[in-house]
Amino acid sequence: MPDRKDEATKPVETVTLTIDDQTITVPKGTTILHAAETVGTRVPHYCYHAGLSAPAICRLCLVEVEKAPKLVPACVTQVAEGQVVHTQSDKSLAMRRGVLEFYLQNHPLDCPICDQSGECKLQDYAHAEGRFHGRGKEPKRVFGRDDFGGDVLFYGDRCVMCTRCVRFMNEVEQEPRLTVVERGDRAIIDTFFEEGLEGTNYHGNIVDICPVGALISKDFLFKQRAWDLDRTPSVCPSCSQGCNIELHARDDLVQRLKPRVNMDVNAYWMCDYGRLNYEWINRGDRIEVPLVRKEQGTRATGWREALADLLQRLDAGPVRVVVSPRLSNEGLGTVRALVDHLGGGEIVYRSERAADEIPLKGFPKLVRRRDLAPNVNGAALLDMERTGGEDGDGGLEAFAAHTGVLFVVGDDLSDQPASFGEGALLYVYLGTHPSEAAAHAHFVLPLTTFAEQEGSFTNHENRVQRFWPALEPPGVARPTWLVLGALLAERTGSRPPTSAAAAFEAIPAFGGLTYEQIGTRGARPAPDRLEPAGASTRGERA
Amino acid sequence: MAYPYVSEREVRLISKHLGDPHARALAAAKQNGRYEGLRKALEMSPDQVVDVVKASGLRGRGGAGFPTGMKWSFMPKDYAKPHYLCCNADESEPGTFKDREILRWDPHLLIEGCLVAAYACRARHAYIYCRGEFFEATQVLARAVEDAYADGLIGDDVMGSGQKIDLTVHVGAGAYICGEETGLMNSLEGRRGEPRVKPPFPAAVGVFGMPTTVNNVETLCAAAQIVLHGAEWYRQWGTEKSPGTKLFCVSGHVNKPGNYELPLGFPLMELIDDVCGGMRNGNALKAVIPGGSSVPILSAEECRTCALDYEGVSACGSMLGYASVIVMDETTDIVKQVRRMAAFYAHESCGQCTPCREGSAWVTKILKRIEDGRGTEEDLETLKELTTQMVGTTICVLSDSVAAPVHSSIDKFRNDYLALIRRGERVGVA
Repeated sequence: MPDRKDEATKPVETVTLTIDDQTITVPKGTTILHAAETVGTRVPHYCYHAGLSAPAICRLCLVEVEKAPKLVPACVTQVAEGQVVHTQSDKSLAMRRGVLEFYLQNHPLDCPICDQSGECKLQDYAHAEGRFHGRGKEPKRVFGRDDFGGDVLFYGDRCVMCTRCVRFMNEVEQEPRLTVVERGDRAIIDTFFEEGLEGTNYHGNIVDICPVGALISKDFLFKQRAWDLDRTPSVCPSCSQGCNIELHARDDLVQRLKPRVNMDVNAYWMCDYGRLNYEWINRGDRIEVPLVRKEQGTRATGWREALADLLQRLDAGPVRVVVSPRLSNEGLGTVRALVDHLGGGEIVYRSERAADEIPLKGFPKLVRRRDLAPNVNGAALLDMERTGGEDGDGGLEAFAAHTGVLFVVGDDLSDQPASFGEGALLYVYLGTHPSEAAAHAHFVLPLTTFAEQEGSFTNHENRVQRFWPALEPPGVARPTWLVLGALLAERTGSRPPTSAAAAFEAIPAFGGLTYEQIGTRGARPAPDRLEPAGASTRGERA
Repeated sequence: MAYPYVSEREVRLISKHLGDPHARALAAAKQNGRYEGLRKALEMSPDQVVDVVKASGLRGRGGAGFPTGMKWSFMPKDYAKPHYLCCNADESEPGTFKDREILRWDPHLLIEGCLVAAYACRARHAYIYCRGEFFEATQVLARAVEDAYADGLIGDDVMGSGQKIDLTVHVGAGAYICGEETGLMNSLEGRRGEPRVKPPFPAAVGVFGMPTTVNNVETLCAAAQIVLHGAEWYRQWGTEKSPGTKLFCVSGHVNKPGNYELPLGFPLMELIDDVCGGMRNGNALKAVIPGGSSVPILSAEECRTCALDYEGVSACGSMLGYASVIVMDETTDIVKQVRRMAAFYAHESCGQCTPCREGSAWVTKILKRIEDGRGTEEDLETLKELTTQMVGTTICVLSDSVAAPVHSSIDKFRNDYLALIRRGERVGVA
């Protein structure tokens, strides 16, 4: 059930009705479909989607209402005082069984080779409410496949004509690229000429909302079976919007990203840029163990030895730190705490900025932001400064030649020469992937990516959102907060943080916000505990 | 008169000038009393016009038989939003050919009816939505509308009354479903001709999202006559619940098929035997579809007692619908007829609702298989169950229209089906 907060603030008139022998009171104007959900009944439906208009054409949500002349579509029928609804009566079930039979008349039973299999609404409903034996003896009509452009492949035979995709493109993306052509059982979804979906920025969502396997992601085509995937709630790391997503993983590899409902951030949608930008998580060339460079050469060690070694060399001079806005709040907060403990020092971050924002017209809260990193605001809140160009390069001249203590945390320094940090008395490179610019690092310490740890990001409007570990970290890689937290604890003689929650709650900048308050939907720190508005640009250098 | 066939038993209120090529011109039409009803309507208030039509008991001639005056009274009583009147001239029910004749022979009667209804519904703009295939009729109508504009009968000052009513003739692209009122509105707006979910009803949210009344051609013509002559005058014909006259489109195996305007309540057998000159070649009657192809078939036995008014036909288990009487004699292959009807609906289904989209095509495939001699007795049960699943589960009633002839023919002509299934015998085929 989507909660629409802007509507919930008005005083609401209520209606009391009976659904499946349970009497409930719901706001006036609620549809029977939503009211039934409050008593725990999910009425099957295809064409209805909470984020789209309801044309009531799939005829699958028919329910019996006492005194109504015929069955009513639950998705568009509003509740009325004293109404008695039977969603599971013989009549309702018989009609829905009939409608399902019609669906299966032309739907190919190619589930074994269909990517949707396992998360297919036709499978689910047919198993739950359909006939056990099919009566179809006639040949099925054949449409074949079509390339819709972009990431979308269309299997016409599987289409149930719910028109969700057409309505998404018309109403939400507001790029009318799809339409229904022909009529009757020849009706089919099609693109206009050869233009297709190419060039639109949110079309991946039509694959998500397709209830069957008619619209298939080319990226995911024949890659995995849906039931083999482990689904982990997470936050999209591709821009500062912070879309709530699920990581779908198998074999310790992220297979695809799917949006997770959050009406305050991204509703049911996410952009194609974010959706398809996940391969980097699966890169195999990772730093797996701590590497310590000494005169006799670089050597792999264990954490205990590496950190003990590092601890002794920390006071080698003024501190300068390069962080990455891809680090979690916990990681950045621990960097801040360590630097403050070492007497302060410059902390900068670099991040790529796109030329334009890409808004989703039908849901204006969702915008592919210019900042192409998830935690720019987190870094800014912790008084870290942005440096470098719009492409995320450069700006590190003073750091490359720094002669004191140099920390590089998360930034892969891909644009920097091998001489980076040559003159530093202590150069510590903490990262996920090896870098040429780490050649002179005294310590190269393996970090986990966001997909391998628990943590949180702060999005463009300072909303803190949590993510959960989906993959096993490679080797002995550890989250930043654990590595630097242990170091700091050792220095101060305190106890190191034992969890991401403890690490987060120890950061004063977040005003006492707790993991429990953030939950799965995110929360914003109390405004009076935050810096004034415009925090996201505050860190920029003049 | 030469117009195909006439009968002295007819009461020709609106079909009086059918077949008369000289009645089309505006001057002749005026001589025939056209626009007198409009003149009278403009002297009344819109509500008074509605009351007269209400009192006459006129029921919609487009198939459903909904009381016209009541439909008009649902329109908002102010001019806060633009109102629209749509005349449904998308006559596409198989077996129907009455509206086309009115358009062809007496277009000014329809224009008058549109203006009266538009005035009563407080509409400033009326549309006549013509079926795409009506080339000649549309040309005649368009010419008549031009003449009426030039004469000040339509436009900014209708007959000097100060009322502004515009009238547009819109030609569809030829789709059965655009004869459904909400499908018509979508088509008129330039969208796909797909029926809309009701509620909201057209009187609240209709064409262009504004209050709209949709009326059939014959209804509007009758309304103009009623306003001119009064409600009581109209009630002298027909029955208490179905007053007035109705154009019956008789087709099939009778000697004199054609349009006959008869008082409602007219006995069906008299229509066939007397008005239409009996069955072709003296053959025996087998079946009658009384209201266009979308209503249940009546067997010869049921026809004996059937009176042609809304209640009488319902009592016999069918519907008066469009009053398109399709007569079939003993040589008729019912299975083939039903298959052809089902195929028509499968072709014309808009494809929105699943039971109709999939069901109509499936039913057609099964019927075709039976017709080809590859059917089983099990198929009949399947057909009956499928057609049950198609009734009342869709937005519009096209799905019910497929179901009605199929379901009723299996009940009433089971032997025809069984003869084909068991022995491969086709009725009427040597």
